[in-house]
Amino acid sequence: MLPDDAQRLTLPEQSRRSRGYLSLSLRRLLRKKLSVACLVVIGIMYGSGIFAPLVAPYGYNDQDLSVAKQGPSLSHPLGTDRLGRDMLTRVMYGLRTTVIITVTSLVTGALALGITLGLIAGYFGRWADGVIMRVGEVTSSFPDIFLVLIIVATVKPRILQYVRDFEDASGIDWIVRLGIVDYLVISLALAIFSWFGMARLVRGQVLQARENQYVEASRAMGSSNRRILGVHLLPNIISPVIVSVSAGLGAIAGAEIVLSWLGIGIQPPTPSLGVMIFENGNISVLRSDPHLTLVPSAVLVLLLFTFSLLGDGVNDAFNPRAR
Amino acid sequence: MGTYIARRLLWLPSLLLITSFVTFALGRYGPGDPVEILLGQHFSEEVAERIRAKQGLDDDIATQYIRYLSDVVQGDFGESYQYRGRSVTELLQNRIWVSAQLNLAALIISVTLGIAAGLFAALRQGTWWDSAMVTFTLIGQSLHVFLTIPIALLVFSLQLGWLPSHGWDGFFSTSIILPALVLGIPGVAIVTRLTRAATLDVIGQDYIRTARAKGLPERLVRMRHILRNALIPVVTTLGFSLAGLASGSFIVELYFGIPGVGLLTIESLFARDYPIIMAVTLLGTTLFVLANLIVDLIYPVLDPRIRLGGDYVAG
Repeated sequence: MLPDDAQRLTLPEQSRRSRGYLSLSLRRLLRKKLSVACLVVIGIMYGSGIFAPLVAPYGYNDQDLSVAKQGPSLSHPLGTDRLGRDMLTRVMYGLRTTVIITVTSLVTGALALGITLGLIAGYFGRWADGVIMRVGEVTSSFPDIFLVLIIVATVKPRILQYVRDFEDASGIDWIVRLGIVDYLVISLALAIFSWFGMARLVRGQVLQARENQYVEASRAMGSSNRRILGVHLLPNIISPVIVSVSAGLGAIAGAEIVLSWLGIGIQPPTPSLGVMIFENGNISVLRSDPHLTLVPSAVLVLLLFTFSLLGDGVNDAFNPRAR
Repeated sequence: MGTYIARRLLWLPSLLLITSFVTFALGRYGPGDPVEILLGQHFSEEVAERIRAKQGLDDDIATQYIRYLSDVVQGDFGESYQYRGRSVTELLQNRIWVSAQLNLAALIISVTLGIAAGLFAALRQGTWWDSAMVTFTLIGQSLHVFLTIPIALLVFSLQLGWLPSHGWDGFFSTSIILPALVLGIPGVAIVTRLTRAATLDVIGQDYIRTARAKGLPERLVRMRHILRNALIPVVTTLGFSLAGLASGSFIVELYFGIPGVGLLTIESLFARDYPIIMAVTLLGTTLFVLANLIVDLIYPVLDPRIRLGGDYVAG
């Protein structure tokens, strides 16, 4: 009677509480109108990027010189550029690049590398901790955008050459044309510089969490390291990870745009907001058609702004003690 | 404390060793034969051979790297590829001076406007002035130079014709105003937010009430008691914002054609002028490490609760 009762009482209780924390934080986030508005704006921008081929009114490289350099109109809501390409379409495809870069470099850098290495450093300590933290300190001792510049400028031409050779040998011809090499190199270069912040955060959290009695209890019951890490430690560090991710996305998006603006990031004709800002950035275009440079810049600032507002909101919701 | 500083400073050479090796290796791995960069597309094989032998380009990478290092230790960063016959040191000296002036101007704007606005907002807490300032700090941080530059150019150069849109005439000229302004705006927002929060903290303290109770003029209370205490957290962030300024300044230098380090670096990157890229990397790393160290050293002075060198867990 008693054991049966106890089981019924504790098990559902526990699982509800562990799920409850995240959903509670999420509910706290959704209660704030500003955060919801940010989520909606980011959703619209990312959505129009992801579904650009479906929702964009024109093709991103469709030129129509008869309507070149027009201001906003019904058929071209954001006007057209010097080749008569629809600005709205190009912004959407530019956001597509932003989506690809932010997601891949976030997943590979902060999430995969950062969390794994942070868990290892914090949990196993000793030499693993030493090596990981020293390597991280080296990468974070660079003014980061600068080394990303050097890496992309030196490594990309080489990789491009390898891929071209591979294309010639294999008969595939769409890898370079679709800009996949650009995406890959830039995402990885940015990932190299975004993993350490996450790793340091996770390490600190693990150092705290592993002292808990339930970890000791679990080890006493014979749990493997993998089980302790996955079942006991990882769920405990999720909310600071979410906060850190939401704060870092804007920086990644901005870095890609700067690289592409310099001409070493995404190469035209692949659209990117950075390429658009560069193409329309000179003073004579600014004099005659200011909207050509203001539109992509305004979209960039809107993106950075909503990301930073959302980051604040997420921090408040997931980290109520830090207020 | 002393050992902590010593340890941090000893870390710098090993860090420079690693960063210089990575940059050196990347430079050799990257495209472009140094001889081709030096001589252009057309050159005779004979001349090329002579230069290779003279510069020691036929040796293996390790030998070249060690030779480079021993030169650098003696203060010789080599000769630029793109500006033939000019030493990297000489080229960088002028450029650093220009960039330093620009960043200093931007910093002055950030700090003076930021502190004034922050204090102003905090002393009017709850009024629409305050809300307006808070809104500005939220937006201002995201005001990327990509948006502020075209707007500033449109308004002040093209429409009003007040300020030049291009060029550089030194610190005391009109050409510095626009670049310093766009570079400083995000900083204004950050300093405003910090000052406002710190001031609100201080205003609630007992010693402010005491100061007012003993009949001190409001002006003195504000200057002597509120401002001085509120500035503590602002000072600590200045080191960080210096590092942040440097990364934003190359865009501004490119846009306005200001001959600073940023412009030189980008030029060198495209010209594959690796001696300059190497020197800038080493310089940037050193500055970055020193800035972080200085910030770390200021922290415990301002807040005695923070102790250096201890193994505290980040929460």
